[in-house]
Amino acid sequence: MVSPNTPAATDASASSATTIPDVVIRLAGNSQDGIQAVGGFLARLAGRSDQEVMTYMTIPSTISGGPSIFQVRMGSGEILSSGDRADVLVAFYQHSYENHRSSLRPGGVLLYDSDHVVPNPDDKEVTAVGVPMTSATVEAVGGSSKEKGKNIYVLGLIARMFDLDVPKLTQLIRERFTGKNEDIVRNALLAFDAGYAYPAENLRSCLYRLEKSTAPGGRPQVTGDGNTVLTYGLLAAGVRYGAGYPITPWSSIMETLRTELPKYGGLFVQCEDEIAAASTALGFAYAGHLSITGSSGPGLSLKMEALGWATMAEMPLIVINVQRGGPSTGLPTNIEQSDLLQAIYGSHGDCPRVVLAPKNVEDCFHIALEAGRIAREFSTPVIILTDQAIATRIEAFDEPDLAKLMVEVKPDTSTRDAAFKPYPLGGMTRHAPPGSVMASGKYPTVTGLEHDEHGHPTASPALHTKMTEKRREKIKAVANSLPAPELVGDESGEVLLIGWGCTYGPIREAMGRLRHAGVKAAHMQMRHLHPLAPGLEATFARYKHVLVVEINDEGLYGHGQLATLLRALTCNPAITSITKTDGLTYKVSEIVERVARKIDLPDSTIGMRKQSILAVTPR
Amino acid sequence: MSTPAPAAPVAPAADGTRAPLTKKILTADHPTWCPGCGDFAVLASFYKVLEKLNYPQEKIVTFAGIGCSSRFPYFVNTHGGHYIHGRALPFAAGISLGRDDLHVFVFGGDGDGFSIGGNHLVHTARKNPRLTYVIMDNSVYGLTKKQTSPTSPIGFKSKTDPWGAMDQPINPMRTLLNSGATFIARSHATQVNHMVEMMLKAAQHDGFSVVEILSECVEFFEGAFDGAVPRKGGSWQAIELKKNDGTPEDELRHDPTDKLAAMKLASEPWPGKFGIYYEDKVRPTKNALEQKLIATTREKTKNATDLELLSKTFARMR
Ligand SMILES: Cc1ncc(C[n+]2csc(CCOP(=O)(O)OP(=O)(O)O)c2C)c(N)n1
Ligand code: SF4
Repeated sequence: MVSPNTPAATDASASSATTIPDVVIRLAGNSQDGIQAVGGFLARLAGRSDQEVMTYMTIPSTISGGPSIFQVRMGSGEILSSGDRADVLVAFYQHSYENHRSSLRPGGVLLYDSDHVVPNPDDKEVTAVGVPMTSATVEAVGGSSKEKGKNIYVLGLIARMFDLDVPKLTQLIRERFTGKNEDIVRNALLAFDAGYAYPAENLRSCLYRLEKSTAPGGRPQVTGDGNTVLTYGLLAAGVRYGAGYPITPWSSIMETLRTELPKYGGLFVQCEDEIAAASTALGFAYAGHLSITGSSGPGLSLKMEALGWATMAEMPLIVINVQRGGPSTGLPTNIEQSDLLQAIYGSHGDCPRVVLAPKNVEDCFHIALEAGRIAREFSTPVIILTDQAIATRIEAFDEPDLAKLMVEVKPDTSTRDAAFKPYPLGGMTRHAPPGSVMASGKYPTVTGLEHDEHGHPTASPALHTKMTEKRREKIKAVANSLPAPELVGDESGEVLLIGWGCTYGPIREAMGRLRHAGVKAAHMQMRHLHPLAPGLEATFARYKHVLVVEINDEGLYGHGQLATLLRALTCNPAITSITKTDGLTYKVSEIVERVARKIDLPDSTIGMRKQSILAVTPR
Repeated sequence: MSTPAPAAPVAPAADGTRAPLTKKILTADHPTWCPGCGDFAVLASFYKVLEKLNYPQEKIVTFAGIGCSSRFPYFVNTHGGHYIHGRALPFAAGISLGRDDLHVFVFGGDGDGFSIGGNHLVHTARKNPRLTYVIMDNSVYGLTKKQTSPTSPIGFKSKTDPWGAMDQPINPMRTLLNSGATFIARSHATQVNHMVEMMLKAAQHDGFSVVEILSECVEFFEGAFDGAVPRKGGSWQAIELKKNDGTPEDELRHDPTDKLAAMKLASEPWPGKFGIYYEDKVRPTKNALEQKLIATTREKTKNATDLELLSKTFARMR
């Protein structure tokens, strides 16, 4: 295999291995085969080897398993996407081969279980290597274990093919199975060794070595998926109380919090529905804690009335929405970014709130901290819009400096002086939780009714106007506290690509390819979706095309959800969007092609440019 | 299994810094109810209950959903407020579970509690958080001006049932018993002493306690509860505690720990009897169970600091 990223060197002396910067391996089988576990081992190994890694997986929507894939891209360069096409496809079954053959790039390696798969003999575009994975595993581990352990056998094979760090891998296997039956550990190691010992001559044409990482060995890397990292970010942000109701793909956050929070002296309540969950979380908030609730699309809809109350009562609360395909129950296990307008405008009345979106797994940690800070400083609900892709994929990143970053939140029940007003006009709302003595002798009420500065209901036209303004100005104050979104690429020019959420990596890579082909391009990933940081108009004005790449429908007026908002804000007709609704993440090539079609270049150059754009790193 | 009792009422400090709670201290806004509304009497009785309990004023929380009766917290000078329609119970559960040091009271109507909030009533009963819920049942929607409520009797003419209600009314006591509420009682807004006693016992119960008070809406369902007012030709029957000493017991004698007997009481034809139908003093509160879980978990972590805990977690992710 010749790496498309142009191999750095060929180390012919040690073996016939080719050195490559990074590799994309797609494992295709059934979910019960443990392919996720193999992917997980590879990702963690990359994390421990100071390499970058990004994974992608599909979950079967059937309960008892079914066809599923796990793709892992790892290596020494900057890895921003899990790869458009695979260098290696591991096919466990005939259906795995047939359904995923097309994901393998020309010249790639098809590694198949010869006990189950018969590849097309006419297919000369790829190197096909058949290994009797099933029978070899049974032979190695013993007859009783049937097909179990096949995944670890494959891990051994891959370790051999890519000359991976065997001590680190076997250590990971041991860690994974500690506390389990000794037999399990032994069998796993037997399977691994058998796979690793597979005769090298059969693999001769596909032995590789990954380039050593050039990353400076700063803080050790950690490896995790987006939901897990977001959960730990919430813990670091001082969240100790929360409530929820199960829904894919949010559930794992609530499950982890239910397990973890008691250790921290906090608690998480599973409620009868999302309305109760939002309500219980708001009860915690009223009691003085930083609390969270969360859900996925349909559940966010149910929480909307409670969120309106949180805006009116000015209560801090973090709300997570792990987006999936909609409307309604839509595509529960697929990707879509179509809850943006619900998050910003859902609920009734003028109901301003804050909406944030993490750009990748590492950012899940930081966005949680930011959400906590904004919720507390501005007494406001903050919605974190993450998505199915970020929730389930694994990345490695530098361990956060917890000693510096962790926040402690305790209810402030200090005595409030006689002049205290919970909702001062012209001042920031400061909620006094129960337990606080009111020196004035007058105890505050919090309410969803329009109210005066003390929280007492009023329908006064003047006050409703002023209080509406107060709630609006507060969110504007949030905007003024926000940093300008990071702009990477050309300061001005032909095209500015804008994205939010899981599209970060593919857009960044696409921007790189465009610039490589001589197009003046830049990329801006928006983490603060509402309010927007000030000054964006001027930035947008510097580009001929401002293209918002998002995973939702172009809508009746031809623009995706974020594009619609940005157009409304700036009245800038250069803003259009690239949208799609196939339930999948963007491939880099998909973005590049769509941009190439959109940007207005003379016909004579467009053909040439297009070619060169697409020719760069076609993975 | 023993559960910690709710924090004891705090007597005024010897130096006199904390004045005992009085109606004067506890009065906030003037009620906006129609003259003659039953809810006035419930409010007056609640002041008496707080005077007797004498909890520190700042530790009392009164919350409500939406409805005429749910305006209650505005009229009591304690921490509290007004949440969305039907959802005050899960909100209050959050307050109680989040802050074990508080005394949490929830007020509302029959529409709020049994209709839009019916699901929450059932599940709050299952969870058994430490809080007291007072339902002012007027068998009609007051605030929205006379629609059928889940406790309106069959045949009741309202704006949504001009020909008479046809749906079977909810039986609050039976519903609550079935859901696992650990304290349930009934009272009537014309019986101030009885109301005070019921609310006081409910507040002192360690768990989810519910008092249903028949409280007339003079505007939209006048005379609804006359059947239990002797002055108006009705019969008032209050339950008395069973003596269990061999002496004769009449049909008003009731053992509130006997769930089957409570179910029988709850099944009597309207207006039935008034008093404590059921009290389970054994079942632990969710507050206690969660605190125990926290304590044992903290012990397992050897009381590590938050930073140590999270650092360890990240170390495992290396
Ligand atoms: C989500 C929602 N639906 C409907 C309403 C309108 N609403 C306000 S109070 C009420 C019913 C009140 O009846 P009840 O709880 O019996 O209280 P009462 O006014 O009789 O004391 C309704 C339907 C609302 N505020 N919110
Ligand atoms: S409408 Fe009925 S319930 Fe409401 S205040 Fe008037 S009398 Fe009371």
